Amino acid sequence: MAPRPLSPHLSVYRFAYTMALSILHRITGVALASGLLVLVAWLLALGNGPQAYAAFTGFMGHGLIQVVLGAWLLAFLYHLANGIRHLFWDTGRGFAKSAARRSARMVIAFVVVAGALLVYVFFCPVGGVQ
Amino acid sequence: MRGSTPLGKVIGYGSAKDGAGHWWVQRVTAVALVPLTIWFLLSMASLPLADHAAVTGWMRQSLHAVPLAVLILTLCWHARLGVQVVLEDYVHHHALKITSLLLSTFVHALVAATGVFAVLRIAFAA
Repeated sequence: MAPRPLSPHLSVYRFAYTMALSILHRITGVALASGLLVLVAWLLALGNGPQAYAAFTGFMGHGLIQVVLGAWLLAFLYHLANGIRHLFWDTGRGFAKSAARRSARMVIAFVVVAGALLVYVFFCPVGGVQ
Repeated sequence: MRGSTPLGKVIGYGSAKDGAGHWWVQRVTAVALVPLTIWFLLSMASLPLADHAAVTGWMRQSLHAVPLAVLILTLCWHARLGVQVVLEDYVHHHALKITSLLLSTFVHALVAATGVFAVLRIAFAA
């Protein structure tokens, strides 16, 4: 079949930050899908008894892995908020440029506030992952 | 074949019997995941996660084990649908696309089964 013009012709549009949010939904979605492996590893370690669990949490306590876990937390918050934005769009509302930008800023604000709060809860010395 | 082009009629591609099914199930799982994931995140935030007895004690309660199993199944289903769309969009080599889609389905099914097994093993442990 002859090559055909394909939507959405990304390169012809001037960049707008709503485009970044759009692709970020996919990127965080794929990242979260890979996070399922860690969720299941956590559940398996938990079932393998206190010693296996201590080894698991010890491994998860390493600095670089904590950074990855923190990134997953933020990715989840983003995917949650932007997913709700998508569900709202599915009702046929909120497509005007101004409305899309407003909801984009609401998503970012939610990730910043909820992210700061939960990063504090999960990664600060009292309780949490450590 | 209402609404199809003359070329479409000649080629004869009709419905693939799925229609909006993929789109709809992605939304159904998304709606279910909103309360499930928020519940899970807040539960984890309130638990001392390094304490094995505390976490397993929490998970042994059926009020927690059942929604957790449902959460895992819904997450895997939602993730499989999402990864499928990404692979369909970005993997252009046909054989590689089919292979990666199959592999993604198998891995998601395996993760779902293992996750539910792990939760039940903890819930049923004496």
